[in-house]
Amino acid sequence: MSEFEPTIVAFVCNWCTYTAADLAGTARMVQSPNVRLIRMMCTGMVDPKYVIKALLSGADAVLVSGCHPGDCHYINGNYKARRRIKLLTEILTGFGFDERRLKLTWVGASEGNEFAETVNKMVEDIKELGPGEATAIEVM
Amino acid sequence: MSNRIGVYVCHCGTNIHPKVNSPEVAGFSEDLQNVVVGRDYKFMCSDPGQDMIIRDIQELGLDRVVVASCSPRLHEKTFQNACLRAGLNPFLFQMTCIREHCSWVTEDSEEATCKAKHLVAAAVNRVNYHDELYSRMEKVHPDVLVVGAGIAGIQAALDIAKAGHKVHLVEKAPSIGGHMAQFDKTFPTLDCAACISTPKMVAVAQEPNINLMTWAEVEQVSGFVGNYQAVIKQKPRYVDMVKCTGCGLCLEKCPTKVPSEFEEGMGLRRAIYRNSPQSVPNKPVIDATVCRTLNGKKCGVCEKFCPSGAIDYEQQEQTLTVDIGTIVLATGFDTMDPTPMKQYGFGRFDNVLTGLQFERLNNAVGPTGGKIVKKDGTPPDSVAVIHCVGSRDKNHHEYCSRVCCMYALKYDHLIKDKVGHHVKVYNFYIDLRCFGKGYEEFLTRVQEEGVTFIRGRPAEITDKARTPEEEGKLVVVSEDTLLGQTVRVPVDMAILCTAMEPRPDAPEVARRFGISQGLDKFFLEEHPKLGPVSTATDGVFLAGTCQGPKDIPDAVSHASGAAAQALALAARGEVAISPTTSWINPDICIGCKACIGLCAYSAIEFDDRLRVSVVNEAMCKGCGSCAAHCPSGAAQVKHFTEKAIFTELAGMLAPVPEAPITVEDHAESPMAEAGPQESVPPAAETEETATAS
Repeated sequence: MSEFEPTIVAFVCNWCTYTAADLAGTARMVQSPNVRLIRMMCTGMVDPKYVIKALLSGADAVLVSGCHPGDCHYINGNYKARRRIKLLTEILTGFGFDERRLKLTWVGASEGNEFAETVNKMVEDIKELGPGEATAIEVM
Repeated sequence: MSNRIGVYVCHCGTNIHPKVNSPEVAGFSEDLQNVVVGRDYKFMCSDPGQDMIIRDIQELGLDRVVVASCSPRLHEKTFQNACLRAGLNPFLFQMTCIREHCSWVTEDSEEATCKAKHLVAAAVNRVNYHDELYSRMEKVHPDVLVVGAGIAGIQAALDIAKAGHKVHLVEKAPSIGGHMAQFDKTFPTLDCAACISTPKMVAVAQEPNINLMTWAEVEQVSGFVGNYQAVIKQKPRYVDMVKCTGCGLCLEKCPTKVPSEFEEGMGLRRAIYRNSPQSVPNKPVIDATVCRTLNGKKCGVCEKFCPSGAIDYEQQEQTLTVDIGTIVLATGFDTMDPTPMKQYGFGRFDNVLTGLQFERLNNAVGPTGGKIVKKDGTPPDSVAVIHCVGSRDKNHHEYCSRVCCMYALKYDHLIKDKVGHHVKVYNFYIDLRCFGKGYEEFLTRVQEEGVTFIRGRPAEITDKARTPEEEGKLVVVSEDTLLGQTVRVPVDMAILCTAMEPRPDAPEVARRFGISQGLDKFFLEEHPKLGPVSTATDGVFLAGTCQGPKDIPDAVSHASGAAAQALALAARGEVAISPTTSWINPDICIGCKACIGLCAYSAIEFDDRLRVSVVNEAMCKGCGSCAAHCPSGAAQVKHFTEKAIFTELAGMLAPVPEAPITVEDHAESPMAEAGPQESVPPAAETEETATAS
């Protein structure tokens, strides 16, 4: 296999996107195996450090996905995530990362198909983009 | 001393293995740091599977357990309990999903196995940093809140009240009964809706354990399972419920007439009104938007005539707070407004009716006193019943509304029965779905009564006649898909069997109670098959059509299910609360107070003496807003600590040693097939040796 196979880490919230991923699985919606899920209770729990650590440890991209705005199981955790991810994207691009390497999406608990599409689309995008910029850094 | 970890990889019959080579993954795990034993088994969740874990914990002295199988949402509790039975703290356990997220969705077996290895490595890494945690027991308030008093809400409230628990039953409308109170007959038995629902409504009013609040809405809900507080808004009725005797004199004297919502716009009501003489409670309410007196005009007729002096124009809105342990939502459905479907001419043609309008036409206390007549007062000679209006339609609702076939058949029968057997009845259907008890038999009966069934969805209803027979009639234009030709059927009346849809305020209600909506916008249950009444929020249950279209028997059984779930919590009196709350390390906290502003539950307080923030664990839900922001890293969510996540990441991203097959072999499929089998013997050996020891 000569084609570049990216590694994507997904931080997903337990109540919406993780459930959607389960649903996509139950419905046997074929997905690229490149995305690996880390279950969080809420996207508001995703410390920007986790994203940076993932990118520096060899992930080619990071997906953060949770409940739709207004649907947060914890009232407003996803709004906090949205602010943090926005800011983090600016910082990462400042350091030379392509902004497409960090993606924030809302996938509700019943949207299994949406999850499968998001995953497959992201894998396609990152394949096009090539390996992560951080793999060249030896520091970590 | 280093940890002793046991890794258990499930086959799930054939669901995981052979797509993911479970023995290979188990063998791989044994090479990971601190892993003492890695096993695979056909059904890890079965008793022998759990016993295997328990035995290993006791005999091999495991102090950490990882299970790679289905989604933790399914069996996390099962395995945590197994750990507990073996004397291991259930939080020293980690489950990783290699079924829903791996074997079921990955096409290539090689890739699936590789992904499973990454996931297992991540779980093993993470479990090293798990701490012993202990669930906190909280008291469950014995009272239950039931929202909505349609047939589902009534059933749930009565079930709970009969068990001896107090129920607060809140209804938005001025009286209870919901949609069922509008019906005349019910399918397939044709017993009258009022005859079977009125006794239940009266039972609600007389039940000492039910605190019935009509003309009221739940404004706000706070708290957590077992300890909710609901703020209920009691709208002003302008009628003193104690003084009013329900004599109904005011209803006759009121000079203001407006179209009645209960009669689906077919009849008029006064500004002071009640839905029907059988309403529970049977005391009227004044519609403040149209009442002359309340709008500053001269009137006061009701006050003048009221023999008991019950009219009170000065009544104000009241709010009250109730403490409850659990909540049952039974907020019901709405029928779709067919006006946007211009082809059917609803609103344009007088004799195109919705299903609910036809129900009222049939009802003895309805606008026509139970006579099926056209707008001009004469009985129809031919009627078209159009199924699936807005249901099974990509432009409106993709789902089937489940009740329309049956109520359409009921209408067929009622028309034949009430107007006469000479009346021609045409059903335009896609499929006839008569799935319930006695439903198919009812279909046979209606077919034998001489009703015509035309398979096709009508293109339009028009009044443009092409032949003398069509003159002055409504013409239903449709394809008869069984004949394969277009038909034009002239009729006097057309009934649109409109779809059941979620209430327009469903998003707002979902937010208020912390639950979600599905793609169809009905409230989402915890599991489509095995958790149809519970929701993602502990202690909030669904009853009836707010969860999806249902007929009366289904709504009633669903409601009884919800009542049983609420009672299970209320009767036990205590509930285990997850200990995965936030914790702020006082040695690290710099007292910046950033977390206090972020906390959505006001669970963080500032200790002025120590100059640090402190989490109130009773209020913290463990969302992690504070932990993700804390600039000093003092705030951490238990079980989701920075260490645990970092190591999980490291495990997930570490390169996985290639299985016994080399990359070159990989390219040729026969060798790739042989590859996984080679790995079986070593894994089987370890299993044998381990069992022997």
